[in-house]
Amino acid sequence: MFDDFFIRALIAGIGVALVTGPLGCFVVWRRLSYFGDTLSHSALLGVTMAYSFDLNIAFSVFIISSVIALILIQLQKKTNLPGDALLGLLAHSSLAVGLVVIGFLTFIRFDIMGLLFGDILAVTTYDIFTIWTGGAIILIILKLIWKPLFASTVNYELAEAEGLNPDRAKAIFTILMAAVIAISIKMVGLLLITGMLIIPAAMARNISDSPQKMVIFSIIGGLLSVIIGLFSSLEFNTSSGPSIIVAALVLFILSLLNIRQSIKLKN
Amino acid sequence: MSDKNILVELNKAGFKQNNKWLVEGVSLKVEKGKIVTLIGPNGSGKSTTAKIALGIYKDIEGSVDKYTNKVGYVPQKISIDWTLPLRVHDFMTLTENINDDAINEALSLTGVMHLKNKNLGNLSGGEFQRVLLARAISKKPELLVLDEPVQGVDYTGEIALYELIKKISDTLNCGILLISHDLHTVMTATDYVVCLNGHVCCSGTPIDVAKNNEYKTLFGEQASQILSIYEHKHDHEHSHEGDIKKN
Repeated sequence: MFDDFFIRALIAGIGVALVTGPLGCFVVWRRLSYFGDTLSHSALLGVTMAYSFDLNIAFSVFIISSVIALILIQLQKKTNLPGDALLGLLAHSSLAVGLVVIGFLTFIRFDIMGLLFGDILAVTTYDIFTIWTGGAIILIILKLIWKPLFASTVNYELAEAEGLNPDRAKAIFTILMAAVIAISIKMVGLLLITGMLIIPAAMARNISDSPQKMVIFSIIGGLLSVIIGLFSSLEFNTSSGPSIIVAALVLFILSLLNIRQSIKLKN
Repeated sequence: MSDKNILVELNKAGFKQNNKWLVEGVSLKVEKGKIVTLIGPNGSGKSTTAKIALGIYKDIEGSVDKYTNKVGYVPQKISIDWTLPLRVHDFMTLTENINDDAINEALSLTGVMHLKNKNLGNLSGGEFQRVLLARAISKKPELLVLDEPVQGVDYTGEIALYELIKKISDTLNCGILLISHDLHTVMTATDYVVCLNGHVCCSGTPIDVAKNNEYKTLFGEQASQILSIYEHKHDHEHSHEGDIKKN
């Protein structure tokens, strides 16, 4: 009924949504959306590295994003610039450097649109393997650091005082962010990965009253976005990334109706 | 007192922020079953001392030795981000998975059982304070650090909560580091008082501190009288080192 490439994209997309759901909740809770942008913009540099040195794209993106995160932490310690200025600086300069390097790599034909916005035609069986194993590892680690990470998200000092080591949890979470960007870049494209993290989580916030529910709804929202987005991408011949994000946006708008209803009920 | 009763010990501890000492040269120890109270004017370094004892401030002068990991903390100020959907129930298990019975017991003790399924963001200041205290005691800690635990609680509630704190120290045999502005409480419940003003201005039993001249200049003659109301016969004395001498 469907072509093989579409089935592959669907399996890959479902894998991505399962991971971005819970991580996205933390991105919303910890106000890290701009941080996510910075890491994903730097992913372009990672992609060019992969082509230049013939590396695995996900691996190369993961390394570059982690390095950028480390540079950010160092800059935060050593300069007096505010956090958002540093994030902007790293996001745009790494994106620019990535684009300049692409210009030099004339021997390779790049599908820049595919990189920026995702390309379902390009999802291979190997990508599916990367997404599902990488995603499983990310989720297992997130499960392990859940307690300290969540406690320090609520209140850092409580977590620190009661012996949960929140700094370590934060460092590990930063690496997980780099990893989720690495595995989802092919599906969603590097400009829209943060949307995949934030929008389903924001939608979930509107309809949940506990953290666990928010995570579950965020996963469900992500899954629906991927499925609806990919079908419409196939139907209307649009890029996969934007189609998935538009689907997520529609779900978010529907969740707003729920808020208005519950406010009405309260009054 | 044998050393294994010590839960946390500060030795000439101090903390500097932006080249300004918030507090320096604080030595104190909290032992099992004892309540140590920090008093002092605003900005005298009470909360800072508590945070040093808890290990929240890491880059400190002097030393701090903590001998337990079972800690319950009620911070003075708590900024919780309400973008998080968090019910009282979720908040209770924040740092440790405790069972439902323990949650119910702690919430009942602080009088907020009826708020269990409420959203944390919808609580009043006093209600939230009771939940904070319930959370800290629910995990049955060995060391409780309470930074103005009853702020914003109504008057009758305040008395009841201080009685509860005293009872917890007895029943759980846990050590308590308490920060309080209420000198009445300090007198009735405390084993040892440390009076801070950027440094340790005086310390000892509540009676000793009340008689101290530095304390009188810091708090005024009246405060000293408040304390002396509570003067009563002791069958033992605490030395400045915290030892107990039978009379």
